[in-house]
Amino acid sequence: MKKFINQVELVEDQMIQGMVKAYPQYVRKLECGNVVVRTEKKEGKVALISGGGSGHEPAHGGYVGTGMLDAAVAGAVFTSPTPDQIYEGIKAIATDKGVLMVIKNYTGDVMNFEMAGEMAQMDDIKVAQVVVNDDVAVDGSLYTVGRRGVAGTVFVHKIAGAKAEAGAELEEVQRVAQKVIDNVRTMGVAIRPCTVPAAGKPGFELGEDEMEVGIGIHGEPGTHKEKLRPADEIVDHILDKILSDIDYTGHEVAVMVNSSGATPLMELFIINNHVADVLAAKGIKVYKTFVGEYMTSLEMEGFSVSLLRLDDELKTLLDVHADTIAFKA
Amino acid sequence: MVNQEQVLEILHAIGEKITEEKLFLTELDNVIGDGDHGINLARGFAEVEKKRPMMEGKDIGTMLKTAGMALVSTVGGASGPLYGTAFMQAGKALAGKTELDAQDLVTILDAFVAGVQLRGKSVAGEKTMLDAMIPARDAVKAALDAGKDAKTALAEGVAAAEQGVEYTKTIIATKGRASYLGERSLGHQDPGATSFTTMLKVVAEHV
Repeated sequence: MKKFINQVELVEDQMIQGMVKAYPQYVRKLECGNVVVRTEKKEGKVALISGGGSGHEPAHGGYVGTGMLDAAVAGAVFTSPTPDQIYEGIKAIATDKGVLMVIKNYTGDVMNFEMAGEMAQMDDIKVAQVVVNDDVAVDGSLYTVGRRGVAGTVFVHKIAGAKAEAGAELEEVQRVAQKVIDNVRTMGVAIRPCTVPAAGKPGFELGEDEMEVGIGIHGEPGTHKEKLRPADEIVDHILDKILSDIDYTGHEVAVMVNSSGATPLMELFIINNHVADVLAAKGIKVYKTFVGEYMTSLEMEGFSVSLLRLDDELKTLLDVHADTIAFKA
Repeated sequence: MVNQEQVLEILHAIGEKITEEKLFLTELDNVIGDGDHGINLARGFAEVEKKRPMMEGKDIGTMLKTAGMALVSTVGGASGPLYGTAFMQAGKALAGKTELDAQDLVTILDAFVAGVQLRGKSVAGEKTMLDAMIPARDAVKAALDAGKDAKTALAEGVAAAEQGVEYTKTIIATKGRASYLGERSLGHQDPGATSFTTMLKVVAEHV
């Protein structure tokens, strides 16, 4: 394992401290652990909290700020944060209007957030939740725990965050968050695995000429391995899966081409070049495109494409002013 | 049968054993999960060990509850809430006790099963820790009902848990991250069922 770290046990702490030292105008860290909240608490709005394992930076601390999240809780690398940490985050940001938890659909995340939510409700804090499950690669049948939450989560932060910032009630913010979830689909591939610092070696193996199709953001296996193909062909396959999952005809879309950590912008633009062409050929109008690192998996080489089906409400909320470390609008 | 001091010793021994098996459990999890089970549990039991001064002299219910809270607050993942809830429920069921008898073993295992079912919204046969826990509970209960002593009952419980672990190799996961693998989860044992069996073995050795 080759990484710019000091000590495996300190990776998460030092990452959060470094983030706060870089951007004190946006975030501050709570004493209790790796929870970051807005530097200045905003009253009179529904507060949004999200989080998950570390290793997905800028998610989720990078999305704390005006028009997006109020708190982000970082667990150990690729491991859900614990209920007590989430609970501290909820308490720090809670307002009379309540708190919305944005949870990615993983067994551990859902359990830990639910326990924290139960603890907060005992303090008479109003808590609601949404669970993001945008990954079309995995089967969402009754026989699984459902689809995984991946890069589409950033659109939930943006749009629900905009609604909350405008002073909407908890039910309304939850409704719009769920609307994003219902309309966003994502799929990813990887060509090189990542190494969790505490594990010391890669979570999976790929041959020099292989890729994992449908990879998760923790390096979990996707649908299959196959020989690496030209970028355009990979994009064709991903878009096939996404476009056949919900009907995008006649809608405008927001596109996110997201790096898994090590894939450079050059390649992301090459990918987006074809994403845009395919959508144009199908008569799907692109309203806005986001290219960059939004939901990474440490140093994994790979990318995901997300398509958010828009209506007027979502378009307006997507455009509303947001100012965070990693997302500005 | 087991007094307060012995409960602390058992918790300590479980921690040592889990730390010893850390890489093995993580390897199992690497294959069908996200490769952190052993690392996370070891971190949790290290925290339980730190809480030992707080537990000393307390009743056994409080000890188990404290251990559960420590697990919930340090393990993370799914195993944190699951084992944490299991220990906390067991603590609740044994509130005020300073000495455990053989029937309390069933009480603990009942609380474990109920806690994990509640938190994980799961049932037997989904390739989870319940597939070791439920047979172990049933075996211990059956042995005690048949008039066997605690030591024998626990040995039969361990055997049933081990069979449960073997059984998880033959079924497809429908809960947890392994569920995404579908048939690819066949042939692999469940890490949670394995870690529960490891813990139960330690208990059996100490009673």
